Amino acid sequence: MGGSWWSARPTCTGTMLTSSVFTGLSWNPVDDVHALFTYPFMQHALAAGTIVAVMAGVIGWFMVLRRQTFAGHTLSLTAFTGASAAVLAGVPIVLGYFTVCGLGALALAGASGPRRSQGTESAATGSIQAFALGLGFLFVSLYHGVLNGLDSLLFGTFLGITSSQVFVLLVVAAIAIALVAVAARPLLFASVDPDVARASGVRVQLLGLGFLLVLGLSVAETSQITGALLVFALLVTPAATAQRLTTRPLAGVVLSVALALLVTWLGLALAYFSVYPVGFYITSLSFALYVLARMFA
Amino acid sequence: MLAQEFMRNALIAGSFVGIACGLVGWFVVLRAQVFAGDALSHVAFTGALAAAALGIDIRAGLFLATILGGVVMGALGDRARADDVVIGTLFAWTLGLGVLFLTIFTTNGSGSNGTAGVRVLFGSIFGLSTTDVRISVVLAVAAVAVLAVLGRPLLFASLDGAVAAAQGVPVRMIGLVFLGLVGLVAAQATQAVGALLLLGLLAAPAGAAHRLTGRPYLGLGLSALFALGSVWVGLTLSYVFPTLPPSTMIISTAAGIYVTARSLSPLRRLVG
Repeated sequence: MGGSWWSARPTCTGTMLTSSVFTGLSWNPVDDVHALFTYPFMQHALAAGTIVAVMAGVIGWFMVLRRQTFAGHTLSLTAFTGASAAVLAGVPIVLGYFTVCGLGALALAGASGPRRSQGTESAATGSIQAFALGLGFLFVSLYHGVLNGLDSLLFGTFLGITSSQVFVLLVVAAIAIALVAVAARPLLFASVDPDVARASGVRVQLLGLGFLLVLGLSVAETSQITGALLVFALLVTPAATAQRLTTRPLAGVVLSVALALLVTWLGLALAYFSVYPVGFYITSLSFALYVLARMFA
Repeated sequence: MLAQEFMRNALIAGSFVGIACGLVGWFVVLRAQVFAGDALSHVAFTGALAAAALGIDIRAGLFLATILGGVVMGALGDRARADDVVIGTLFAWTLGLGVLFLTIFTTNGSGSNGTAGVRVLFGSIFGLSTTDVRISVVLAVAAVAVLAVLGRPLLFASLDGAVAAAQGVPVRMIGLVFLGLVGLVAAQATQAVGALLLLGLLAAPAGAAHRLTGRPYLGLGLSALFALGSVWVGLTLSYVFPTLPPSTMIISTAAGIYVTARSLSPLRRLVG
């Protein structure tokens, strides 16, 4: 099958970009910033990136607090399965993302059960993850390799985002953040001390399931920009950095969102002015911030 | 089926990979380090693609990256058990690097080699050469040998680190060596089922074994047996139905075994 999967659409668009649109840095920052906002595809990318970063910052903070990084990572990989299933079935990819991530959240909640033992629970999560990825690969294979942009499913692309996609992103993000905001107090309580929370009448189990569903929702949304493999960078790293810097909940959430926004904007801008993928910049920038936070705080 | 050379290679290499994964996986689940295994599988991806981008042997990058990754993770964590958040941030970045190498490789590399990324992510067990098979047999034997030497103190340290440390067992060192070993096995399994799916071979058979028995030796045996069975059944299925990719079939079988064991067994859990 030659190089059909890997010399796929984004790369072509990339070279097109290099020849016609891409002008490089001009040593004039005002012009450069202006160039960033000139083209509609870049405006959409920035809007989508902003929405995704805000949501990932909020949800990620709770995910890190609840030590559910492994579950979050597994959910983010099921996004790949969802996308490939949708491509195979010929339905919109967004539908695949949300359906399969929702199912993944339910499966994870079912696997954890009331009596949790760390080892076997993580074995269940690992099995779910590998199985989901296996299915995803099966769907891609059944599609006979003409699936353009397997790499953009896995690693994301910020090119070609339409204004209707941005609108869907906005609605979903609003729902996810609203749900977390409504449940914020009991969720915080249940995350910090589940036993005491249960004793004082908080429905810990239900909250856990609800949170996993919201996590699935936001992962499905984020992976449309960053790809299934890199969602994690936006979810976990800014949140982990924020929790290093402050233990106060509200300040932490705000800081986490701010960091996620910063790395997304910088990452998009850097990717615009170079040939390397946005995922690389976002992960590297957020990791650098995390290392700085660990060194100085 | 056995007349085909590629099938024989796949079966031999797959069996040894399966046994190594089953045995090491049992300890991984016992020590609740599945997430570390997950991280190592992504390190494997980056290592292989870094080697591809640099134009050196992919295997060299693979093994170097995973073993190093395992040791680093062990060194970072308290009592050689790295914190989930630390692991998460580290390997999110590693993946980002992997994407960079992938881009460098696909834009600089020749078009004929364009599927290297897919092969690393999802494996190519039917494409193994005789040399690959030989390497994986040697490494599997080495891994099992290390595990045999390490087994008793590792079990002790995993079950009760504090008591083991008090008795003079070098808990931290053992944890480091163990994660290095997981890295070795992960690199080996990457060649068979791919970086993204090897977690299934580490976690599912071992998880099933832990569900069924709390006794260490029986559990280790069951785990290796389940992994071996998954490889054989998966390869056969994929041979009979050529549209089904072998790595998916292997992992699906392993996941099936896990689900079956789960539903069979509220038997008993001594180890936990």
